[in-house]
Amino acid sequence: MTFTFTHSELTLLLPEITLLTMACLILVIDAFLSDEQRDLTFQLTQGTLIGTALLVWFNVPSEPIFAMSGFFIHDAMAAMLKFFTLLVVFWAFLYSRQYLKDRQFFKGEYFVLGLFATLGMMIMISAHNLLTIYLGLELLSLSLYTMVAMHRSSQTASEAAMKYFVLGALASGLLLYGISIIYGVTGSLDLSQLAVAIKNSPVEHHTLLTFGLVFLVIGLAFKLGAVPFHVWVPDVYQGAPTTVTLFISSAPKLAAFAILMRILVEGMSSLQTDWQNMLILLSILSMGTGNLLAIAQTNLKRMLAYSTIAHVGYLLLGVLTVTETGYAASMFYVVVYALMSLGGFGMIILLSRAGFEAENITDFKGLNQRNSWYAFIMMILMLSMAGVPPMLGFWAKLSVLSQVIQTGHVWLAVIAVIFAIIGAFYYLRIIWMMYFEKAEETQPIQAEPLMQIAISANGLVILGLGIAPHILMSLCLTTFGLSSY
Amino acid sequence: MTVKLIFYLFAAILIFAAVRVITVRNPVHAALYLVLAFFTTSGIWLILQAEFLAIALVLVYVGAVMVLFLFILMMLDINLAPLRENFTRYLPVGLTVSILIFVEMTLVVKVLSKPAPADLPAASSNIQLLGEQLYSLYVYPFEIAAVILLVAMIAAIALTLRPKRWSKYRKPEQQVNVRRQDRLRLINMPAEPKD
Repeated sequence: MTFTFTHSELTLLLPEITLLTMACLILVIDAFLSDEQRDLTFQLTQGTLIGTALLVWFNVPSEPIFAMSGFFIHDAMAAMLKFFTLLVVFWAFLYSRQYLKDRQFFKGEYFVLGLFATLGMMIMISAHNLLTIYLGLELLSLSLYTMVAMHRSSQTASEAAMKYFVLGALASGLLLYGISIIYGVTGSLDLSQLAVAIKNSPVEHHTLLTFGLVFLVIGLAFKLGAVPFHVWVPDVYQGAPTTVTLFISSAPKLAAFAILMRILVEGMSSLQTDWQNMLILLSILSMGTGNLLAIAQTNLKRMLAYSTIAHVGYLLLGVLTVTETGYAASMFYVVVYALMSLGGFGMIILLSRAGFEAENITDFKGLNQRNSWYAFIMMILMLSMAGVPPMLGFWAKLSVLSQVIQTGHVWLAVIAVIFAIIGAFYYLRIIWMMYFEKAEETQPIQAEPLMQIAISANGLVILGLGIAPHILMSLCLTTFGLSSY
Repeated sequence: MTVKLIFYLFAAILIFAAVRVITVRNPVHAALYLVLAFFTTSGIWLILQAEFLAIALVLVYVGAVMVLFLFILMMLDINLAPLRENFTRYLPVGLTVSILIFVEMTLVVKVLSKPAPADLPAASSNIQLLGEQLYSLYVYPFEIAAVILLVAMIAAIALTLRPKRWSKYRKPEQQVNVRRQDRLRLINMPAEPKD
């Protein structure tokens, strides 16, 4: 028997291998730690994430390289998305430490599962075969279900976990069904071969291919949380412990974007017109439903969930332009979204303490009187989500919308702008509450220094990159082989 | 010819067993019908020259999974009557879905009707072919699947293992070391005055 991969191929997988080895190692080490020493697990986890991120950062290829018999692709998009995923997960864990300790579930498994989820995301991002995409997705989902359910004394968390599990399984089923139909028609799971097979397929296969495509798009929409496949999002976001919500809402979206790009753009580019229309529909529905229903929410976690749905709508706008600059704009959007989502849920964690969740909008009343610095950070986050200049969120929306207009979908851009203006209302309402309403709570905000630094940095990054958006934008543009403007 | 006859016989038994799985009232009987279904499937696989898969199905599913499943069913003592009540209510939906799936499958098979694969040479080894594919070409997905199983194991333990303080049990090593002072406390009390 001969091995079908070489040493140089294994070095491409070095980040994944490092992450997996460290996750297993941490699992073993953690078993021998007492509760007081549990911080070591946390430190090792964070060290692993940083180390892996560095490995990714210093190995950005200029051209796509395939490895492991074509199951694995290493290209600039993979490297960029992996780097940001690792960074976002690192940040999410920074927010988690105090929250988990206060609620007595500061456990090693939480971090180990988080690492495995990250590994799943990296596999998805680098997947070049429908089989690896599916396996990566399952690795991610399985870890996430468990993380949601881990807080066993919380009934809402168990309910959320159950809903997430059932609907997630349904989505995986739909995705698999789509994959099986496509495989039946083309006889291949490899994305390059798939693209060729679809291009050369006879006309009578077209209906069948579209049929499979519908299932694939539904499966992807489920995972992204796009309307009308969004029903799980608000319930899971609200029910899960806030640290887990933070985790689910940020990094996995980067991976979901990656598989969207891999399947639709790399694998099914010949069916472009078909999926473009599907994405337009998903995008309009998501922007509309997300923004309109968010207004009615009194629970901040739920409101941010609907806001996520709306953001997914905007994210799809870039992909559906079917241009390289559009993809770059979408990638910019998803990275920005992940940063904002981190901050938004991070603020809820900051204001919460043992036995009290600051998850209602009214909990933010008069935050300015209690602590003007955090009120300022929250204002930055909300303005950015609403898309007000000069915050980062504005540039994200602008870049996506300008691409939509350039490709001639002016009506779509108009709809997107109208919904963005409607959406601004509920973000601004929070700012109003923080600055112009009397505080109901007078307790000073207590948080460990690590948390304070992380959340302040989060807000300042959004402000700073908002003032100099070209740094991030040119990164995204060069990823797709475009020179920056 | 005989192969075809055997196939149709097995297929008929398989469909019968599969239908019985969801129609019998007793869950234990349903499990037993499922065993029959698995066994018949493995027979069909043998006809298709997939010996290894056939044997694995019998060993893993019939031998291990279903036996475990039967144990659980017998221990749980679940009353399935309320679950069955909705059978007719969900029947239309279920039937629609099944018919749709059937139509789709026929579509795929009809459109693509490819020639049947050639017979394998007599000396070929199923396991060897499978192993060569699995451990060379498919080694990357194979390893990921292994990681998924590891995560499933961690998840199951993390969700069900209760910390010690929640369960009550004796600690004999501490019981035998008990001293008089641990159980008995002597206190000084003023003697009660006599009436």
